[in-house]
Amino acid sequence: MATAILQFFKTFMLWELLVGLKLTGRHLFRRKITVQFPEENTPISPRFRGLHALRRYPNGEERCIACKLCEAVCPALAITIESALREDGTRRTTRYDIDLFKCIYCGFCEEACPVDSIVETHIQHYHFESRGEQIMTKEKLLAIGDKYEAEIAAARAADAPYR
Amino acid sequence: MPEIRNYTLNFGPQHPAAHGVLRLVLEMDGEVVERADPHIGLLHRATEKLAENKPYNQSIGYMDRLDYVSMMCNEHGYVLALERLLGIQPPLRAQYIRVMYDEITRLLNHLLWLGAHALDVGAMSMFLYCLREREDLVDCYEAVSGSRMHATYYRPGGVARDLPGTMPQYKPSRWKSEAEVERINADRQGSLLDFIEAFTERFPQRVDEYETLLTENRIWRQRTVGVGVVSPERALQLGFTGPMLRGSGVEWDLRRKQPYEVYDRLDFDIPVGANGDTYDRYLVRVEEMRQSNRIIRQCVDWLRANPGPVMVDDHKIVPPRREEMKADMEALIHHFKLFTEGMCVPAGEAYAAVEHPKGEFGVYLVSDGANKPYRVKVRAPGFAHLAALDEMSRGHMLADVVTLIGSLDIVFGEIDR
Repeated sequence: MATAILQFFKTFMLWELLVGLKLTGRHLFRRKITVQFPEENTPISPRFRGLHALRRYPNGEERCIACKLCEAVCPALAITIESALREDGTRRTTRYDIDLFKCIYCGFCEEACPVDSIVETHIQHYHFESRGEQIMTKEKLLAIGDKYEAEIAAARAADAPYR
Repeated sequence: MPEIRNYTLNFGPQHPAAHGVLRLVLEMDGEVVERADPHIGLLHRATEKLAENKPYNQSIGYMDRLDYVSMMCNEHGYVLALERLLGIQPPLRAQYIRVMYDEITRLLNHLLWLGAHALDVGAMSMFLYCLREREDLVDCYEAVSGSRMHATYYRPGGVARDLPGTMPQYKPSRWKSEAEVERINADRQGSLLDFIEAFTERFPQRVDEYETLLTENRIWRQRTVGVGVVSPERALQLGFTGPMLRGSGVEWDLRRKQPYEVYDRLDFDIPVGANGDTYDRYLVRVEEMRQSNRIIRQCVDWLRANPGPVMVDDHKIVPPRREEMKADMEALIHHFKLFTEGMCVPAGEAYAAVEHPKGEFGVYLVSDGANKPYRVKVRAPGFAHLAALDEMSRGHMLADVVTLIGSLDIVFGEIDR
């Protein structure tokens, strides 16, 4: 009986609405959890799978030996490789294209690469301004690798015990 | 007086409450729905056919994209079917990791469902609060797999990598001082398991907050109580599974009835509704979030105490570790074989179903002994639920259709496949 009376008054006092308002009111004055995006970013782990890069050895030689494992394992068929013998007799790619519109960022190419050449880096903010720019050529990929080698190597080293 | 004909209304596919690309053709009598005809297929990507043309492992990433709000559960269904065909069992630690991530996925799904459902019905702030918790969970996804959504983390024979020992941390910027950053990073000092444990400690209060805003709220109750009532018998006939079935009062949960992985070792309850209306389904899903939280807690405790391998030790199925591959010729051959040819699965067929956040998600695999499946069939729970929309919405108002779509928890990635 007592609960019924209480319920009756609560109904007319808009009790549950006021309790809800109290909650949102409390949150209004809480510290904000918003991240001011272009200036700051949420943290990303060393395993992050972003834009691709081709790496080089410390002596400047490109790592890729055109074994085409990444091309074979790519579920989206985004990678196209052509290869030839270089003057010094080593096998190298003459063409290494990744179509970023096809790529599903599964990370299999990096897992497959036996020489740690193709990697998915921490880079997540990039854009294309015209059609055709989504094809990452060998030159572009190597340039990304050269530019961010320190970060790429650090992330690989941090995750090495788990791979 | 001239006879007034029913009005046919095209609802979606661009309607924001249509949850993606649902097109509904509604036959209206005034504002009352006479018939609802869902038109599907606008997000058809032929995942099943695509999987027939790829070695087994390469389809895992496409399973993420079926139901794109509960990614790892989809992978789980596929990987489980594949493991049944191969006749292997992942190590215990991998099973616990999978169960933990299945439950994290359930939270992800239910949080987005709750936010979007409440937003459709008219409660704006719910969406913001739900996404706040979701952010922590996608961070867990990212820490373990490297991707915030499409994880590609489960593999036949275990999981791709073990749980990391560190969490990425926020850095000071011109918006956040050192002290501020230290405060947000407090949970991120230890391992991923510490982060998840801290989350499970604060999450029940957050669910209380959601309930404060909705459960007793008279507007919420007026919009949901008695809308779309499905009797238990009818729910079974319509092929309902998951929260839709439990909301109608049938206690059916694959985690209990056909335990897979380590669910039989874990302690959790199955919430069941009484009336089978939208409100009961809401209550069931909210309670499921609390139960998932309990399961995650138990998994964290177990995983902390029991380190070990997360992949089977069979290099015909699982690639060797990287150091091994670089030093050992045989390991390198295995590596090359696995990444080019993949694995050949013995001929046969297998069906594996998991308790997906939306219901029973099943994968039926037929193998003819090759390195690609002969046939893959995905049993999507949302498909059966959407088929019942017509029956559920008859006699209700137009605005209730929006409530019902929310209550069905449909995602077009899995319905259209």
